Amino acid sequence: MTATVDTAPEIAEVKRSFRPTWVDLFLWAIRIGAIIIIAAGLIGSISKFIAGEGPSARQWGDLIVAGLSQGAMYGLLALGYSMVYGVLGFINFAHGEVFMSGAMVGFISANWLFSNGMWNANPFLALFIVLVVAMFTSTLVAVLVERIAYRRLRGSPRLIPLITSIGVSFFLQYTFAGLFGVGVRSYPQAPSVFSGAVSLFGFPVRKTSLLVISVAVLSMIGLWYFVTRTKTGRAMRAVAEDKEIAGLMGIDVDKTIVTVFAVGGAMAGVAGLMWALLFRGVSFFTGFIPGIKAFTAAVLGGIGNLVGAMGGGVLLGLFEGVGPLLILDGLGIPGVSQLKDVVAFAALVLVLVFRPSGLFGEQLGSEERA
Amino acid sequence: MALLETKGLKKSFGGLQAIGGVDFTIDEGEIVSVIGPNGAGKTSFFNVISGLFPPDEGRIIFEGVDIAGHAPSQITKAGIARTFQNVRLFPNLTVLENVKVGQHCRTHRGMFGAIFQTPAFRKEEREIEEKAKEILSFFGSRLVGYRFDQPAFVLSYANRRRLEIARAMATEPTLLLLDEPTAGMNPRETVELTELIGKLRSEKGFTVVMIEHDMRVVGEVSDRVVVLDHGVKIAEGSYQHVSTNEHVIEAYLGRPAEEKQA
Amino acid sequence: MTTVTTPLATTATTGLNLRRILKLGLLGGLGMVFITAIGMLAAFNRRLLITPILSLGYLVLFSLPFLIGHLMARRVEKEGVATAPRTSADVVAAAVAGGLAGFVAGLFAILVNAAPGLRGTLPNLSPALVEVLTLGMGVGIGLVLLTVLGAAVAALGAGFHWLPPRIARAVSVAAQSVVAVAVFEAVIDDLFDWFKTIPNFLYASRGGLTILSAIVVFLVAGGLAYFLPGRIPSLRSALMVEDESKRRRNSLIAAVVVTLIVLVIPQFLGGVLNELLTNVGLFLLMGLGLNIVVGHAGLLDLGYVAFFAVGAYTTAVLTSPLSPFFAPEMSWWQAFPLVLIAAAIAGILVGTPVIRMRGDYLAIVTLGFGEIVRLLLLSDWLSPYFGGSQGIRRIPGIGVGGSEIGGTSINLFVYFTLALVAVAAYISWRLEDSRVGRAWAALREDEDVAEAVGVDTVKAKLQAFVTGAILASFAGALFSAKVGSVFTNSFEILVSIVILVVVIVGGMGNIAGVAVGALVLIGVLGGPNQPGLLQEFGEFKLLIYGALLVYMMLQRPEGLLPSARRAQELHQEEFLQDAWLDKGGQLAETAPKGA
Repeated sequence: MTATVDTAPEIAEVKRSFRPTWVDLFLWAIRIGAIIIIAAGLIGSISKFIAGEGPSARQWGDLIVAGLSQGAMYGLLALGYSMVYGVLGFINFAHGEVFMSGAMVGFISANWLFSNGMWNANPFLALFIVLVVAMFTSTLVAVLVERIAYRRLRGSPRLIPLITSIGVSFFLQYTFAGLFGVGVRSYPQAPSVFSGAVSLFGFPVRKTSLLVISVAVLSMIGLWYFVTRTKTGRAMRAVAEDKEIAGLMGIDVDKTIVTVFAVGGAMAGVAGLMWALLFRGVSFFTGFIPGIKAFTAAVLGGIGNLVGAMGGGVLLGLFEGVGPLLILDGLGIPGVSQLKDVVAFAALVLVLVFRPSGLFGEQLGSEERA
Repeated sequence: MALLETKGLKKSFGGLQAIGGVDFTIDEGEIVSVIGPNGAGKTSFFNVISGLFPPDEGRIIFEGVDIAGHAPSQITKAGIARTFQNVRLFPNLTVLENVKVGQHCRTHRGMFGAIFQTPAFRKEEREIEEKAKEILSFFGSRLVGYRFDQPAFVLSYANRRRLEIARAMATEPTLLLLDEPTAGMNPRETVELTELIGKLRSEKGFTVVMIEHDMRVVGEVSDRVVVLDHGVKIAEGSYQHVSTNEHVIEAYLGRPAEEKQA
Repeated sequence: MTTVTTPLATTATTGLNLRRILKLGLLGGLGMVFITAIGMLAAFNRRLLITPILSLGYLVLFSLPFLIGHLMARRVEKEGVATAPRTSADVVAAAVAGGLAGFVAGLFAILVNAAPGLRGTLPNLSPALVEVLTLGMGVGIGLVLLTVLGAAVAALGAGFHWLPPRIARAVSVAAQSVVAVAVFEAVIDDLFDWFKTIPNFLYASRGGLTILSAIVVFLVAGGLAYFLPGRIPSLRSALMVEDESKRRRNSLIAAVVVTLIVLVIPQFLGGVLNELLTNVGLFLLMGLGLNIVVGHAGLLDLGYVAFFAVGAYTTAVLTSPLSPFFAPEMSWWQAFPLVLIAAAIAGILVGTPVIRMRGDYLAIVTLGFGEIVRLLLLSDWLSPYFGGSQGIRRIPGIGVGGSEIGGTSINLFVYFTLALVAVAAYISWRLEDSRVGRAWAALREDEDVAEAVGVDTVKAKLQAFVTGAILASFAGALFSAKVGSVFTNSFEILVSIVILVVVIVGGMGNIAGVAVGALVLIGVLGGPNQPGLLQEFGEFKLLIYGALLVYMMLQRPEGLLPSARRAQELHQEEFLQDAWLDKGGQLAETAPKGA
């Protein structure tokens, strides 16, 4: 059947009636409510700022930088979600655990490097080693998961691989809990060359944040090059567009999908190192919430759209970092730091309900578009 | 007053204009066929009328009310039912259940009745069951007896089409939109279904609009034929008139070669 | 029909195929290492199944070589290809693979022994672990022992295929019965409190069966399994009979029997077990609710725990004198209708925004909702209303005749739970076979077509959400009364997912299935925050749940006890083929005369 207009999906985006149903009214109420809350919070914060109360400019600067570096990390994680969704059409719940595994095993190597002195003596090499270890572990886990759990489910209704990935996520979490124990392990303190701050445009920026952001940018450039300029990258894009036709053109679809998972895993490994630099503590549960936030970022940027994923990540990081103080504190809500996650989840809900195609446009394959 | 009337109906998908201004009327009790080459916009026409997509422009007036842009379930409730080009049943529900679902918009009992098994609920369930069986009996012995409890996916292709029509009938429509009802059927089945379409009007009183490619069916059963091409109506009239119309022939077969050189 | 023997088919899967041996052996070895490294072996070792020779730990450990052996000698029978006969080569191959697995495990023991430094990173790798792994024999002998045992067990696994099917089944049932009797020691102990001779005979003082009792159970169960089949129709098939009226009758009989058992048993169970039964009941309630949302209507709600929280917190606020802001101090009974209303409202609030979303996004959004609810309840900001991290305490139990029945009088409380479970099951059952139930089924099958044939999908979805929410709130209200206090750590995403596992593993869309799922999973393994019958599973139950979920999705998406419809959905091709074969190659198109 040719995909002419006559046979165009009698489904796809079913635009509902123009007459407002009460569902529409409800949704509008939420929109308006959200706008009011955000606006009121902003106004509150601005007036506080003018009055000299509330956080200082320097503190805002800190928050913005922190938000950017966290956002960079979310962006790298989001790439994995975006790529898998673009190619296979499902949410890989277990990607957060792929990230965690890199961070955990990286911790082992970091610890070892620390105990034999190399950590501080040769910081760049040490970090590089940890990076490689983390990337390797994450990639390995991602590829194994694809092979064992997802490969047989190609072509199943979308919810089945999603549920499977939830199972995988739990399995991995508790495997690591069993192997490494349930406690939080702390990476050694960043080597002295990375501690402290650097002055950028007259603004003190923590060196670790700078490092994280630069690593993210480099990774992104590397990935962009890989996807647009190499043969494998082209194959990935073809498979994402239409698996069947790509196969008919001679592309090894299985191998390409493995590559997609591997690349996503590698990026998650880098993100693992970033987590280590930013937060230092890892446990078996570390991957879960960042994973969900990274998925939010991926949708925010437009699922399947790699540049969008990065952008969505940065936006989400900023929103999460600055939002609680900016909006909630402006409204006079106490204890805003606890509510950081609420802000992130609220962003998740708002994005998915009101703008599921994302800010930069989603890119789905032909099967998912149908 | 016409049962259904569209005025200046337009619909585009992205950059592609599927329907470019169609005026269409049908009176109660008529059987009208809509024909045209592939890509003419016929199914899109059905989709817009049945509410799957709102039109960009134009009005759709059904029994005096403009239904453009209403939700599909509301339009079904108003009295327009349709079948799909690629039969879309509920594959894992039984034959009987498929038809019962069709009655959903005409029945009322809700959760309370179901949980407490009120007499009103039980009465309605009985009525639903009887009505479903009655509708299925319209198709002779094809969909009765042991068939009732068979899941829909075991049915043969022709039976699936019949079941889809049965389901549409269950919504108690005034107007039936049949999208290529005989597609994929062998000659014997086609003849049977053609008779059936006639009976839908004569015995059940439905008004029927039918998209068809098989001209024998069209000639056999239609009162009137409307021809669409590239989203616009290019001819209308009896089958005799339309089948000899040069624009229609050109739309299907193209222009003779000599003219192109001119 | 000529048989075609393709050489490839015979050598690749039989005999001394080196690649296969290596692959299975190494995988098995890795599996054994895995079980050991994550601490399962040591933890399970504490539970003796047969004193003094077999602990649960060793059973799990050596199940892997057994599985390897079984797989090595397995033949997949293909139509038109001659099935190669089994030979002793298969047993040898199996033994080699099993031995390899054991060898790998032995090497691991040596590694752990030689590198005590590893313990810093992987705390389980202690000398005690080596002790257990090498069966107390030290690493050298341990290596040999593991290899030999691995080979032997694998050979047994392979040899299993040689048993005639009836005996094989009998042996399998017998072995499972022994394990079951050992595992359910606490239950049997309590049940036969009035007739202590039986438990005293079966169990040794340290726990676990004695060798003698194990043999007796094995023979009795095996004997029954050998002689009975065919005379008594299996329970499963009775519940899945195609014929509508027969199935109803069977289900009714099953329901009555179950009810009787359920009424009587709590009398015999002690406090601990009644507590367990109550937990099972609570999860069953929520499972039934989620079953409606996911199984009937096809909406994957990952934030389901939020409704549980709404039920629990509403009860807490309305009944506890310590409720911070608003403490009307109602009785549980007075609060209950309000709890239901609150749940219904919550269902509408959650359901409305997600009405138009596609399935997987719906799952994530509901997950987001669940977390937002939990975080808000936990926050300092709302603690003046909900107690924040301190929660709300001093929730009274259910008032009956002047006294309050709560967690302290669990033997009575369990009846309330079971009663509400019965109500929930009844509601579920009635709704399924009704106009609303059909609307849900249509919604699940094909939402757009359902809309096109006149089903008001918006209303149907909301009905599903509200019903699910109300059932969850049953559980919430009971939970509050039972525990006497509420804290947000009972309402994590984990709970939603465990309920999802119960529903899926048990069988989506099927009430009995969800019950079995709850009983087996929550009862034996334990809930997220509650221990089950086998406390050793504590740290590993979530790992097992994850693995189970993956396994179910890969093999049998419809669950253990599928509703007949769901099974069709997911095995359509098989059904079609069976139907075709049944009719002797002609699809059932032979219409009665007069077509």
